[in-house]
Amino acid sequence: MTLVVDEVTKHFIARGQEVAALSPVSMTIETGEFVAFVGPSGCGKSTLLNMIAGIFQPTSGQILHDGTAVLGANRQVGYMTQMDSLLPWRTVEQNVLLPLQIQGQSRGESAERADALLRMVNLAKFKNHFPLELSGGMRKRAALAQLLVYDPGTLLMDEPFGALDAQLKLVMQGELLKIWEDTGKTVVFVTHDLTEAISLAQRVIVFTGQPGAIKHESRIELGRGRDVFKVRFAPEFHDYYETLWAELAPEIHKGEEL
Amino acid sequence: MSLKSDPLDGADERPNFKTAAVLAYEAQASRRRLVLRVLQVLFGVAMIGFWQVASGTLVDPFFISSPADVIETLRRWVIDGTLATHLWITLYATFSGFGIGALVGFTLGFLFGRWDAIATIFDPYVTALYCLPKIALAPLFIMWFGIGIESKIAMSAVIVFFLVFLNTFGGVRDVSQIYINAVRIMGANEWQLLRVVILPSAAAWVLTGLKVSVPYALIGAVVGEFMSSNRGIGFLIAQASGIYDTAAVFAGLVVLAIAGASISAVLKRVETHVLRWRG
Repeated sequence: MTLVVDEVTKHFIARGQEVAALSPVSMTIETGEFVAFVGPSGCGKSTLLNMIAGIFQPTSGQILHDGTAVLGANRQVGYMTQMDSLLPWRTVEQNVLLPLQIQGQSRGESAERADALLRMVNLAKFKNHFPLELSGGMRKRAALAQLLVYDPGTLLMDEPFGALDAQLKLVMQGELLKIWEDTGKTVVFVTHDLTEAISLAQRVIVFTGQPGAIKHESRIELGRGRDVFKVRFAPEFHDYYETLWAELAPEIHKGEEL
Repeated sequence: MSLKSDPLDGADERPNFKTAAVLAYEAQASRRRLVLRVLQVLFGVAMIGFWQVASGTLVDPFFISSPADVIETLRRWVIDGTLATHLWITLYATFSGFGIGALVGFTLGFLFGRWDAIATIFDPYVTALYCLPKIALAPLFIMWFGIGIESKIAMSAVIVFFLVFLNTFGGVRDVSQIYINAVRIMGANEWQLLRVVILPSAAAWVLTGLKVSVPYALIGAVVGEFMSSNRGIGFLIAQASGIYDTAAVFAGLVVLAIAGASISAVLKRVETHVLRWRG
């Protein structure tokens, strides 16, 4: 599932003004790759992710997913945002079953698959609870199970762990890495946390401030089987951090001056 | 109760049984409910008692009758079938009006909420109609539908329509875009989106609209009966007041109050069940 972003721009019209969110951006994300986008707020990284998901269309340019242009909601991706998107009126199990139900899969098989995923994220005992009865971390794990249940080839994640506390974030990052290693899915991960980006990704793409453009790219050679708890103490980690921070910092200050 | 703590590990081992503290807490809560229930009943008994005592001592029974006379009238109505005949007519008009008004209100509310263009085009007209006192429409309905039950159904339906319409409209507008996008990406079509996201999300609003409109449906039917009719509880009350039979007027009012409260209680149960996810 190669993902090709070809000269994509996005302009919004808001309050009588045209705002350029994204200047022409091009990139190719290979199947099975873990890519992180970092950049200051408003740099268009979430906008690009939304366009890959097909939630809205680029103003110009095109996005090819596996050779086909993304023109409507992209059904080959799973999308996870910082916001809770579990439906509050459905139990955890009903939420995890939802994607399969929508695809019209048989009940028995779906239930088995949902059960397996709920066990994987350690929520089997809570399958009959409603999301509002769970803690933030449990809701994230439920969302992860829902994301994986229909086995999309590509996972788009927009600051998925942003709202979690530091420890829980590490745990979830660890789980995500393990899932990625086990399944070989393509992951596009948006964050503004450099440490998170370096710990997880194979490639970190730095965006400029608004209008967003690609400023810098680093390959992170820390190996596939890395341990999120320890990788940040590796000497190479600091080199990556310094390089990326040097690229990112001026963009953040630019935003402050506006 | 402690689901929200310790989310990291041991999720599987977390005990779900009731400890002594939970039992004590529940016992206290149920005692409290009992006390409140008793006070509730006492208040009713006291009010009726006061009414009985005041009648003939403080106020002339001609104006306020008395609980004993009202009960006597009700007993008579039950025995000779008056109550069943007239209550049936009123409830029939209420529910028919409620059903029609709710269905049309829900459908239009949904369309208006889902399609901005429709809402923009029709908004001033709907607002203008909404501002009309519905009772002013009663003479018109009697001209159109006659003095039979149809005009009462129409009256009731119009009142219910606006309440359900406005609530459904609000509810559909209120659906979070996050849920819509999430379900779209899972591949949902319009119909699935409606069934999985929009209806359940709007349910709270729609149910509120339905709940609020039940008493109004009853009011609509009774107002219609007041205006002109030969059957129904409204007719009974109007007729009784014509001959200064205060006991019968109060008996009619008591029947309406009980009918309204019973229907509301049922709807409250439905609401609690449908919205149990709100915790």
